[in-house]
Amino acid sequence: MAVERFPVEAGHILMFARSIGDQNPIYADAEYAAGTEVGAIPAPPTFVQASAQFDPEYFLRPHPDRVWHGSGREATGMKIEPPAADAGGSSSGDAGAGRSMAGGLHAEQHYEYHRPLVAGDVLRATVRPGERWEKQGRSGKLSFSETITEYRDLDGNLVVTARSVGVGTEGPKKPEEGTEVG
Amino acid sequence: MAVSAASLSVGDSRELVLTEDLTRTQIVMYAGASGDYNPLHSDERYAKEVAGYPGVFAHGMLSMGMTGRVLTDWMGDGRLTKYGVRFVKQVWPGDALTATATVDAIREEDGEWFADLSVLTVNQNGEPVVTGSATARLDP
Repeated sequence: MAVERFPVEAGHILMFARSIGDQNPIYADAEYAAGTEVGAIPAPPTFVQASAQFDPEYFLRPHPDRVWHGSGREATGMKIEPPAADAGGSSSGDAGAGRSMAGGLHAEQHYEYHRPLVAGDVLRATVRPGERWEKQGRSGKLSFSETITEYRDLDGNLVVTARSVGVGTEGPKKPEEGTEVG
Repeated sequence: MAVSAASLSVGDSRELVLTEDLTRTQIVMYAGASGDYNPLHSDERYAKEVAGYPGVFAHGMLSMGMTGRVLTDWMGDGRLTKYGVRFVKQVWPGDALTATATVDAIREEDGEWFADLSVLTVNQNGEPVVTGSATARLDP
């Protein structure tokens, strides 16, 4: 996701480390971190994903003035188009409905680290499309697309390059085909 | 606490139990920290009734994040130059996950030493959920 300003903060790193079950003291103790080779609290390897918090338009976060697709009084706040008669779906909606709202499946994620990312860094993320390709799956055509996100510091130096591969499916969808966008 | 090229051999591996019983609360913690609030991961009613899944399941990125611990615990903090995975199978609440990292190559490039590793995380049935690779900078 494109983000103008992603401040990498110690408290955010602590929360993120806890959320992946990482008890390494380097994520919690600035004094300890200062005495290590990195010299500061480093970001865990997948931390840049949390730049979503700083994307004002991020679609997988509820916005107070918009309809959210999760449940409240009803199972979803979205109006779901009834499935076409030939799609074989039920009136409660099929897996495809939720999937299209979630933006497809997350098939792969790759990071390249140009230097350690640490608390105190401020990043700017730019996004460009990568390659696209198709593959025949068990239940129809699979369309793969790459997204490349470059995270640069305030000096314009590249810190992390992220390459995400998403897959969209055609035809009936099976939960086993892959993992939802993470 | 970095690893030296001299102390490492191709085929060396480390195993780490990531969780013995993945909780829904852990998934919620990841949603909160990462900012990915997709209701598929925290909203049982939505996941079942709207999306048609048996229930909520973990973010792929939670599995990748947890798997990364076997790399940073072993290779040291700030030592990774690459880390990439494929999401092979969904991870559900109650799953037990174990990650293994294995050294595939040790090489010198422009006077610096690197280890290329493969990573694999399996569930309680031995089924791969995440497969991938990483490169770490070594001491000589």
